[in-house]
Amino acid sequence: MLQERIADLSKCVEPDRVRREVYTDPEIFELEMQRIHEQVWIYCGHESQVPKPGDYYTVQIGRQPMLMVRGAEGRISVLYNRCPHRGNMMCGDRHGNTGEFFRCSYHAWTFQHDGRLRSIPMMESGYAGTRYGRDNPDCSMKRAARVESYRGFVFASLAQGGPALAEFLGASRVAFDDMCDRAPAGEVEIVPNCFRVIQHSNWKIFLENQLDALHPSVVHQSTGRAAHEVEKQIEKRTGKAPLSYHMLSAFATVTIDKWDNFQTLNYPYGHCILTGYMGLRPKDPDTVAYEKTLIKAYGKQRTEEILAVNIHHVLIYPGLSVQSPLQQLRAVRPLGVDRTLTEIWHFRLKGAPEPIYRRSLAYYNLVNSPATLINADDLENFWKCHQGLASDGGDWVSFGRHHGHDIEKDGAVETAPNCGTSEAPMRNQMKAWAQYMRA
Amino acid sequence: MKQQHEVEQFLYRQAELLDSKRWQDWIDLFAPDGVYWMPADPSHKHWDGVPSIFAEDRNLMDVRMKRVLHPDAWSQRPMWGTNHVVSNVVIQKASPKGEIEVRSRFHMMELRRDDVRHFAGSYTHHLKKTRDGFRIKLQRVDMTNAQAAYDYVLQVWV
Repeated sequence: MLQERIADLSKCVEPDRVRREVYTDPEIFELEMQRIHEQVWIYCGHESQVPKPGDYYTVQIGRQPMLMVRGAEGRISVLYNRCPHRGNMMCGDRHGNTGEFFRCSYHAWTFQHDGRLRSIPMMESGYAGTRYGRDNPDCSMKRAARVESYRGFVFASLAQGGPALAEFLGASRVAFDDMCDRAPAGEVEIVPNCFRVIQHSNWKIFLENQLDALHPSVVHQSTGRAAHEVEKQIEKRTGKAPLSYHMLSAFATVTIDKWDNFQTLNYPYGHCILTGYMGLRPKDPDTVAYEKTLIKAYGKQRTEEILAVNIHHVLIYPGLSVQSPLQQLRAVRPLGVDRTLTEIWHFRLKGAPEPIYRRSLAYYNLVNSPATLINADDLENFWKCHQGLASDGGDWVSFGRHHGHDIEKDGAVETAPNCGTSEAPMRNQMKAWAQYMRA
Repeated sequence: MKQQHEVEQFLYRQAELLDSKRWQDWIDLFAPDGVYWMPADPSHKHWDGVPSIFAEDRNLMDVRMKRVLHPDAWSQRPMWGTNHVVSNVVIQKASPKGEIEVRSRFHMMELRRDDVRHFAGSYTHHLKKTRDGFRIKLQRVDMTNAQAAYDYVLQVWV
């Protein structure tokens, strides 16, 4: 039993280090699902994924298989993917359209898009005098306790209590504001393709890596160097290499010491922001044309404000990593203590010219596809990390880099100047973890 | 008959170069404007402007090759190798100018560390006959398991 092994979970987390069991213990994993993922706001999908009534997507929240579905009146519901009759899974496909109602493939019970029971075959004769019928809520598909969306991004929480979505997101809302504001129409639209990649490591290892500014120049040196070489060759031949080469070569050209120049911002609930480094506001004709469409939509001053937002990654703990300037996101779905699925999507800026979409697409294909030039080496390290943590060679994982130099300001923790590689984001995530797990 | 034989030999050679990790020789099979494409969605007709698992011209192939040859390509450190079998070679179209469209089926077994994975699907090759033999204008790879979740990733061309 967990209690015999680890009497007090809060002792697993110290300000600058964490016990290795936090990553490897299957019972701690079950508790995490219960106390974190099945409590807090989890990203389900974007409204544009389900444009028509009856459109649905399946989504895993903690250990619970859920459905995000659009109703006839336009409202989006999040339901357990389960028929209340005999427990049959309602939708066997990952996504599709259920028509005017859900119909269970086992005994043909039917349900409205919001989960309410619609009909049972021969309901009158079969159920007269029983407790079963439309008035019994146990005969309807169970709904997520709470569903809210922010600028088109739909979240659900399986717990009644807890902060409202906007409060939970707090400063991390900038991920969605930055993405949507960069669209002349003020909103984004999903590109209906999801890359799904499984990592053989604990879900927290991925999250901790997202804002780890020390790793890129170590882990991604091979791709950075390769892209830089080819970028130079293309420049020599044609004068100018596509921006996508810069996105890759930055892993090598931003040398290890320069990563300290960036900054991380760390917020309550474990959310963190890494400030930008890619310089995605070049002066090429495509960008100039795009900025004109923004000025037309927002005016000059507002456009400058929008383009001045300089972030690279926003981590929304415990399950979403957003790269707003490139309109990408990765949703993290823990499958087990040592298996984690990432679902990777990208978006179009509504009203922006096609070349701006192409920029986002290039990053999606090169960095985030299953043939990624970047994540192959990350995943290799995540696996090795998990393997090492499973050993008795040590008890602690250290997050001590620049510890003691964090600056607390208005409830947030900023890294001090020239401490971009600080392990403050990991400390912040584990602080939130310990609070959730206290229960 | 002769053309069928030549095309088959070319496709076998393409697969053999991948399995023997002769990356530059493999890239050199492509025409200067040749493209290697693995669609994300089997219904896609053209590689440009849509999400793709691979969509690489020779410059990007060069990046991928240089990456795997770099001593710090960590994912390439463990034992790694592939074995392709190519079959069902059917010429779809052949023009008098030496432009050929050919479909075939492949099965690739991959060993990485101690784990075996299988990938299978169809190739569509658009070939152009040149003085130096065939050159690939387009290699389209429709992998049957392209739509499934990837247990780890693909590092090199299939």
